[in-house]
Amino acid sequence: MKFKFRIERTPSPLWMIALLPVFAVVITFIISMLILQIAKANPFEAFYYILISPLSSRTSALEVLVKATPLILTSSAVTLAFASGYWNIGAEGQFFAGAITAAFLGTQVGGLPSYLAIPTMFVGAFIAGMIWAFIPAWLKVKMNVDEVVTTLLMNYVILFFLSFLLNGPWRDPVSGWPQSPTIADSAVLPKLLERSRLHLGFIVAILAIIFVWFILSRTSLGLRMRAVGRGKDAARFMGVNIGQTLFLTALISGGIAGLAGVTEVAGIHFHITDAISDGFGYTGIIGATLGNLNPFGAGLAAIFLGLIATGAQSVSRSMNLPVYLGNVVQALLLLVTLSIILMRNYSIKRVT
Amino acid sequence: MYAVQMRGITKRFGFVLANDKIDFELIQGEVHALLGENGAGKTTLMRILYGLYHEDDGEILINGVPSRINSPKDAISKGIGMVSQHFTLVSPLTVAENIVLGFNPGLRLNPRSIEEKVKKASDRFGVVVNPSALVRHLSVGERQRVEILKALYRNINVLILDEPTAVLVPQEVDILFETLSRLRNEGLSVIFISHKLNEVMTISDRITVLRDGRCVGTVSKTDSSEADLARMMVGRETFGITRKDEECTGKPVLQVMNISAFGSKGLVALRDISITVCENEILGLAGVSGNGQAELAKVLSGLLKPSKGQVLLGDKEISRSSPAELTSFGVGRIPEDRHEGLVGELTVEENLALETLDEFTHYGTVDWKMVRANALGLISQYQIKANPMDATRKLSGGNMQKLILARALSRKPKLVIAAQPTRGLDVGATEYVRNRLLEEKKNGAAVLLISEDLEEILSLSDRIAVMFEGRIVGILNAKNATEEELGLLMSGAKEMINEV
Repeated sequence: MKFKFRIERTPSPLWMIALLPVFAVVITFIISMLILQIAKANPFEAFYYILISPLSSRTSALEVLVKATPLILTSSAVTLAFASGYWNIGAEGQFFAGAITAAFLGTQVGGLPSYLAIPTMFVGAFIAGMIWAFIPAWLKVKMNVDEVVTTLLMNYVILFFLSFLLNGPWRDPVSGWPQSPTIADSAVLPKLLERSRLHLGFIVAILAIIFVWFILSRTSLGLRMRAVGRGKDAARFMGVNIGQTLFLTALISGGIAGLAGVTEVAGIHFHITDAISDGFGYTGIIGATLGNLNPFGAGLAAIFLGLIATGAQSVSRSMNLPVYLGNVVQALLLLVTLSIILMRNYSIKRVT
Repeated sequence: MYAVQMRGITKRFGFVLANDKIDFELIQGEVHALLGENGAGKTTLMRILYGLYHEDDGEILINGVPSRINSPKDAISKGIGMVSQHFTLVSPLTVAENIVLGFNPGLRLNPRSIEEKVKKASDRFGVVVNPSALVRHLSVGERQRVEILKALYRNINVLILDEPTAVLVPQEVDILFETLSRLRNEGLSVIFISHKLNEVMTISDRITVLRDGRCVGTVSKTDSSEADLARMMVGRETFGITRKDEECTGKPVLQVMNISAFGSKGLVALRDISITVCENEILGLAGVSGNGQAELAKVLSGLLKPSKGQVLLGDKEISRSSPAELTSFGVGRIPEDRHEGLVGELTVEENLALETLDEFTHYGTVDWKMVRANALGLISQYQIKANPMDATRKLSGGNMQKLILARALSRKPKLVIAAQPTRGLDVGATEYVRNRLLEEKKNGAAVLLISEDLEEILSLSDRIAVMFEGRIVGILNAKNATEEELGLLMSGAKEMINEV
């Protein structure tokens, strides 16, 4: 008797969806075994350090959330944009716009109490992210210029602008390092818990998730956004103003990505350098995709991304492996997870 | 001397007999028109000759030799080339690259030498193209010349053109006809598929008329007239009726005045359209697909801005209004493509609310209870088999159409624009949609019914307007209209001449 199988585009059964992450880990494990063998490392040990060890102590578990904070913000920003069919690849640049603004405002608000200084930075960074998102959005709506290209290119523009600031007006007069002046004490984000780096930015990130969820599923703007994202022609037929909707989407998304700049500048580093981003904007795209363009999913995905980022560091440190090897396993895990997640839209049927 | 003889060609698609024992003979060096209404079997016959289909029965002789043509490649090697309605050019490549594509011996491709070769061919055949131009920069007419040269470059002696003028503007038609007569004088045989009588009479030497898959006969141009051909094509005597366009008697709701518009390819799609629809009236708009009805529906739905003219709703000018404004003015719109009116990934209740979202919004947030209540009400009133939370794409075609109908009609519109409202629906759903439209009319609305289904037009309309090539060629009272008469108007075989 012969069996034939066919892959169909229908959602997988629920138990299958639940098992997909497990599959992803197992497959990544098998592939990375080869690589780790070459480096003469024990793959089981390596996986322990990547996935389990970060969660095994209070300190490192909180560090995962610290790492996840900017990713939650960029993932929510990208989720909002992608759900509305606006392909914002520029969260990285919008992050920098927010970070530069926070670094600047942070040095100017020394005279203000924290409860004024900190909101000033967040509002400023939100506006800066919006401004940086404005140009591609305007080109898209007015002249139908592909936003994928323009938002991406804007990322490089702001990096060069930052480089100019750091090598010019902001250069540290004493050390000569390309590093901005340290922000005022009142601008530093308060810690949430003793003996940890977890700071107020994490709460802001959680609020951003709720904000994106609220917009998308509770407001009329959100319904219009989803209509444009899922069926532009039909949305136009039903009287949705496509240009206006995309424009608002781009600005709000840019603003949220800008907030991530505050959490890094005022929560972690207290100044800005050109290495402040670990590709947060781009990782936000992965977070949004892993989270299936659902804000809560994106939040969970961002925490998962924070976990393996922490794990990649700890595996290098504990097993004395090159840092790059940790990054390779991290990238592999992401790649496999992304491909596996796609499977949730398919099921395998037996042909009879 | 016959270049091609097709004898007793029969072709079935399922139960449909597309070609029924057709005989067709092409003399060397003639332009031979294949005339017939849409669906008469012209294209099928030629696709058999070009190896795209295989005949079920019958034989083909090329230059007197019985031949079997298995593929277009086969056809080309036997000297037969075809230019179809949809061009098969690769637009980022140059003209020369397109022409030699698949016909270039060896592995190397030297741009200069192929451009030279193509230039030579262009001069020899008198088909003017710029070999180094990129195809995507060319106009439709220029692309067609590239297609023709591509065929000629393969040393063919029979050229099949499938409705070549359908995509051209008048000046380009003139250029095409000049080229064709010159090529004929140089010995090329041309088969010209068309349903336009005037063109057939201009360009061809002989004409074979097909009707319902059968060959009605072959005549020479010199001893036939447009009227003869029209009679052969439609199958009954026709009269050049002169009478006044029917006008409606009630209070006008929609007045379209001298509207012109460009279609998606930048070609003129609407030319000076004027129609009026009154209260308590259904105006049926008949026409063969692609003659401008879709564009007119788009203009009236706020999706396409006309280049000229006015549209009045009552006494309000609406030709530049947005879809949202039209809805608020009381225009109910049913789009030609259901998927253009509904976002499949959204839920049923969301689709039912989107068009008038402001009514469901308080301070920027959606009142989902109201949205749900609205959906439940419409679902029961319009007998839609769906739940408010269902993803719209999972609905059947009939239920999707009911959804659109519910959304458009529940607001008691003054004017209903219904484009192909029953296309693809089963009998029950079709019946339902038609009854709803009749009810709207009874309740006082003006309904513009755009349909390719003549039976639908005849059974629902009070008056019938016919479109051909972007113009209204006649408006008649539905009581006196017959399917034959409409068919004649739709094929452009005649136009009503208005008495002043």
